[in-house]
Amino acid sequence: MQNILSILIFLPFILSLPIIFFKKDNEKLIKNYAFLVSLIPFALSVYLFFIFNPGKGEYQFVEKFEWIKIIKTNYFLGVDGISLLLILMSTFMFPLSILASWTSITKNLKAFYFLIILLDAGLIGVFASLDLILFYIFWEIILIPMYFIIGIWGSEDRIYATVKFFLYTMFGSLLMLIGIIWLGFICIPFTGGEFTTDLTQLTSVAYRIPLDKQIYLFVLFTLSFLIKVPLFPFHTWLPDAHVQAPTAGSVILAAVLLKMGTYGLIRFSIALFPAAFVKLTPYIAVLAVIGIVYGALVSIVQKDIKKLVAYSSVSHLGFIVLGTFAITDVAMQGSVIQMINHGLSTGALFMIVGILYDRRHTKAIAEFGGLMKVMPVFSVIYTIVVFSSIGLPGLNGFVGEFLILLGSFYSSNLGTNLYSIISTTAVILAAVYLLWMFQRVMLGPIDKEANKSLKDLNAREFLSFVPILVFIVWIGIYPNTFLSKTESSVKKIIENFHENQKKLGNIKLENNTGDKLSDINK
Amino acid sequence: MTDLFYLVPLLPLIGFLINGLIGSKLKNEKLIGTISTAAVFIPFVLTVLTMSELLSLPPESRKIIVNYFNWISAGNFSVNYSYLIDPLSVTMVLVVTGVGSLIHLYSIGYMHGDRAFAKFFAYLNLFIFAMLNLVLADSLILIFLGWEGVGLCSYFLIGFWYEKTFTGEAAKKAFVVNRIGDFGFMIAMFFVFTNFNTLEVSKFLEGLSGYQVGDSLLLTIALLFFLGATGKSAQIPLFVWLPDAMAGPTPVSALIHAATMVTAGVYFVARTSLLYAMSPVALNVIFIVALLTSLITATIALKQNDIKKVLAYSTVSQLGFMFMALGIGAFWVGIFHLITHAFFKALLFLGSGSVIHGMHEEQDITKMGGLKNKMKITYITFLIGSLAIAGIPPLSGFFSKDAIIFDSFLNFGIPILLPVLFAAGLTAYYMFRMVSLTFFGTPRYDVNQLHPHESPSTMTLPLIILAVLSVIGGFIGLPELYGTPNFLMDWLNPVFADANKTLAAIHPPHAHEVSQELIILVVSVVVAVIAIYLAFKKYSSVKEIKSPEGFGKVLENKYYIDEIYDAAIIEPVRKTSENFLWKIFDIKIIDGFVNGIARYISNISFDWRKIQTGVIQDYTAVSVAGVILIILYLLFI
Repeated sequence: MQNILSILIFLPFILSLPIIFFKKDNEKLIKNYAFLVSLIPFALSVYLFFIFNPGKGEYQFVEKFEWIKIIKTNYFLGVDGISLLLILMSTFMFPLSILASWTSITKNLKAFYFLIILLDAGLIGVFASLDLILFYIFWEIILIPMYFIIGIWGSEDRIYATVKFFLYTMFGSLLMLIGIIWLGFICIPFTGGEFTTDLTQLTSVAYRIPLDKQIYLFVLFTLSFLIKVPLFPFHTWLPDAHVQAPTAGSVILAAVLLKMGTYGLIRFSIALFPAAFVKLTPYIAVLAVIGIVYGALVSIVQKDIKKLVAYSSVSHLGFIVLGTFAITDVAMQGSVIQMINHGLSTGALFMIVGILYDRRHTKAIAEFGGLMKVMPVFSVIYTIVVFSSIGLPGLNGFVGEFLILLGSFYSSNLGTNLYSIISTTAVILAAVYLLWMFQRVMLGPIDKEANKSLKDLNAREFLSFVPILVFIVWIGIYPNTFLSKTESSVKKIIENFHENQKKLGNIKLENNTGDKLSDINK
Repeated sequence: MTDLFYLVPLLPLIGFLINGLIGSKLKNEKLIGTISTAAVFIPFVLTVLTMSELLSLPPESRKIIVNYFNWISAGNFSVNYSYLIDPLSVTMVLVVTGVGSLIHLYSIGYMHGDRAFAKFFAYLNLFIFAMLNLVLADSLILIFLGWEGVGLCSYFLIGFWYEKTFTGEAAKKAFVVNRIGDFGFMIAMFFVFTNFNTLEVSKFLEGLSGYQVGDSLLLTIALLFFLGATGKSAQIPLFVWLPDAMAGPTPVSALIHAATMVTAGVYFVARTSLLYAMSPVALNVIFIVALLTSLITATIALKQNDIKKVLAYSTVSQLGFMFMALGIGAFWVGIFHLITHAFFKALLFLGSGSVIHGMHEEQDITKMGGLKNKMKITYITFLIGSLAIAGIPPLSGFFSKDAIIFDSFLNFGIPILLPVLFAAGLTAYYMFRMVSLTFFGTPRYDVNQLHPHESPSTMTLPLIILAVLSVIGGFIGLPELYGTPNFLMDWLNPVFADANKTLAAIHPPHAHEVSQELIILVVSVVVAVIAIYLAFKKYSSVKEIKSPEGFGKVLENKYYIDEIYDAAIIEPVRKTSENFLWKIFDIKIIDGFVNGIARYISNISFDWRKIQTGVIQDYTAVSVAGVILIILYLLFI
């Protein structure tokens, strides 16, 4: 399969088109069909995972066709270990979120499942694109289905949340678009007089951009990513979006969409603007650390279970950003595996909230209590997921968190171990907010009449959790299956980064002696 | 044996999986209990065999590392799943599986009829698995895996009877307070990896040879690890979780919160003894913290009326004794007291469980009295345990505690000897207050309503075995005084060889005479006997317990430490988070700004909309004005 990435992106999309022609009231057919279609990209990405060569740091399964000749924009796809894992995780979450929507989505099924598959395809596109314009297009495509998923199938306040989500991220996207165009222009002298949006080509020359302009470009790109992450203080769209979104929307938003931001930081911010990256590291690292602690503290006092999980995401994603800016192989490998871990645990937490909401139609923590007695199977799953999110050794969350904190501790780019030390306080706070949530929902006496007759998980619900639990334990006990896939890719990114730094130093030296390269600075 | 050693942790794990997955379907308490107990007892036997194998080796080569697989590997960070088999870890495994199997056996009777019988045994097996990982692990991060694993099981088991409100609260408190300690443990690991490029304990300790005694980095690492130890082993300032942990079933209190898990911190300091030997300041900190913990909790125990609470505070106080030994640098003595304490404290907890069982879930000793005739075996074994912890010769506690008292004297002289003796005296006093109130005097419960009875043999058999161990356990570490070989010291000391050498270089061993040792020994026995006499006299025939006043009230309320923590830390954090961070910063400031921009733009648009009047004359006028302006611009500027 030469064009496996294209197949991955377009096959589900093409297969989703028949949904439009299904009979509206044949709900069973629509759901089953959508579920089966969502399994195809997952199966393909598992295949991709096995044929991927972990020894190579270069992009693999590359496809490149001329697309828009005048701006030298190519249809250019390829994956390295990092994008591979993200594609695998994202295609993995879609069948599960379809299962989670099975009974909770009751109107416009055709549109809902069509949009879900569209989202799936778009996300694979984001992680596989190696051309900036192509990346931007996929990046923007994602907004459309998400906008409708929250706006149509969301809760009471969905319109405010949708508009906020859309404007926030759209604002970021536009900055990135400006950045892409400006970057293309500014690199013309270095590429031999051509405007290009080819990532690999730009990566090899962009470090030569003078620092002041590099900082502007870095900010344009990075701000867009940080809003998506979202990093403190750009996070306020997230709790609203989560609270209003239907379960599947929240699961995909948390598990995959947010990773677009952290992925962008690794793929673009580091690779294209190394000097600006170093220069602005302290500011972003400070925001990341504030976010880690702030998100945790605000989580503690939430009364809405979904909001609690949303704020916990702000804290958890802060770790990933910190690990990225540490630029050590340990921390960055930690960040990548943590993207997967957060997808699994927080995805599962939102599915858990969905289970509760489906039964009680409320997300207020105070409405629950003592559910362990009536929902024993559910309580086992809930427990495992909570401890995965807390970062208990032996489960997945610990591996990522530990590698990030360790790698940040001795990072020379961060320059001090204080970031890591302060962030480590989150291991205490995470236990506080998650265990308190668990206690208030599951433990104690059942004092609400409505909770006494709640049903435990049915087979569909149970099966939707099992795959996640398998990976939660797998990554906790044998993370090397996944870490080994990213090893070379991460090494290569960091090597490139240091090489560019070094070359940059040489250019500066030449400038001082009045070399002809000085016209770059104009 | 070492090629079969993997079975030691594996069997409890299998026991956990069997009982956890299909236990509730087995519907046979005997079978569940047997599987679970065997999963702990077989490893005990295997470890005895391993020990005899180690004994056949020369002392310096009693150290075997078995490597299973690579756990985490990222960049230059790589950690193996490997175990270290040496006298220290084997000793700990024997305590964990030995005392553990007795408590498993006891639980079959104690938990009889519980709705979640299988779940309970599954958790117990999981705990044993995690604890074995903790003591066998060869690398810090694998120790941490066990460290957190036992914390997890502790959380599950404290909250086992989840329908009561306070069990969940106590479970959460235990986990969170332990996490504060873990924070220190993690930072310490980061320091170790950054400076020694390894997390393997043995390599880390080898790397210490490049440092001077008293190096500030080593001190930092030592204190951070000790912070972790204060969490798990319930020392100041983190001991507050342990008394609440008594909300769990009594076998859990015996196994986890007395005999094994809470000693993890003691084990860890002993395991990294060289680090502490090279940081004299850290040793002093440990000693001071331990002494204060021991005194404070022993005084609290004087005024507690819940039989398990008394034992809980006593445990904290005894852990303080173990840390005192470590703080002096007498590492083997710390482990000695750990072992004897595991015997008599497990015995006492199981005994209290038998009392609670016989009294139909009554835990208040002021509502007991005169039980000695109704529960003979429980009474006699409980008495033995109490005499052992009080330090009456020749019971086990006497030897281990005396070693600590004597070493304190040697190291610090009389000013420190006195408070240590005082703490030992308090121990004897609160124990016999409890014994008197429970077993002596006349019943203070309604004799017509309540008919206390002796417990079944699955419960009394472990009591008898533990009582025997509490009596003879001390003979493994006989003091020099008698001129007999000290088995435990000779067995453990190869592990502490480097640490002992370092300590000896710092301060040469104190020359002492046997007469000194004899005097201290006699004094400590006299103190214990007097304390026992006073307690017995005051409480054995008391009719009614008045609630204490003055300082007694402060003690009864545990010096209000929980309240102080609440007011000084928990509430301020919660209030700031809720009333400032969330409601003001997040909602008013950030979102206010975001929504403000949106509103501003829409307001401007609303105003500017008025330009679009729709009247053709207006548009023409503006166009003409524009044209004129352009012409003027072109002409004049």
